[in-house]
Amino acid sequence: MIVQYENVIIKTICRLLIPFIQLFAIYVIMHGHYSPGGGFQGGVILGASFILLVIAYGLEESRRRMSLKALTIYASVGLFIYSGIGAVCLLMGGNYLDYGRLPLPLSSIPTIRAMGILGIEIGVGIGVMAIMICIFLGIASYETGGENG
Amino acid sequence: MKIFAFFVALLTGGVLIYGVEDMPGWGDPNSAPSLHVSPRYIEKTIEETDTPDMVTSVLADYRGYDTLGETTVIFTAGVACLLLLRRDNQ
Repeated sequence: MIVQYENVIIKTICRLLIPFIQLFAIYVIMHGHYSPGGGFQGGVILGASFILLVIAYGLEESRRRMSLKALTIYASVGLFIYSGIGAVCLLMGGNYLDYGRLPLPLSSIPTIRAMGILGIEIGVGIGVMAIMICIFLGIASYETGGENG
Repeated sequence: MKIFAFFVALLTGGVLIYGVEDMPGWGDPNSAPSLHVSPRYIEKTIEETDTPDMVTSVLADYRGYDTLGETTVIFTAGVACLLLLRRDNQ
């Protein structure tokens, strides 16, 4: 079990670092159209920031901020966003995941397709982040024999 | 029984290696994907998806169904880990 470790240097550095890691993760997800990156990579970075929080502040402290139940819901929501966008395309008369049919108030079909790609990247990012933290919390809390999430 | 399994594995491996002989060479410009699929993606990505990063447009748009499967695999792996590791003793 990861217990809280009283070290003011580690805690302060993590408190300073975690917001920037999360900002970078969101940048990687959002900038996937123009540079290497995307939902998988950004989701992993976002998950790593929460794992750093658990390592620095201990399992008990972190459980007040996130529970396994909520994380499972986040993972399902991520997958639901992806398949839901595909289903919306299907309902609007296109093929499954044919983003050109999305009902967005944009002028051209390619722009709508780019927005569809962004939508599924966000879904992938949420799902990957939640699954990363889920696996880490599951392994970390295995020895304690209980999970109150 | 172990001998039999060994020969089945050997036979399957032999068939696979025989099949590899017919695959195109690495980066062969005359192979079927290099003649039709890749030029199509390279030429039409900006025009069709407005996405300068070709990898993203292939991953999320042209091969979107594949990526949906990948996401499902990650989701299933996470749920399986939770089912194995989680303990409700309380």
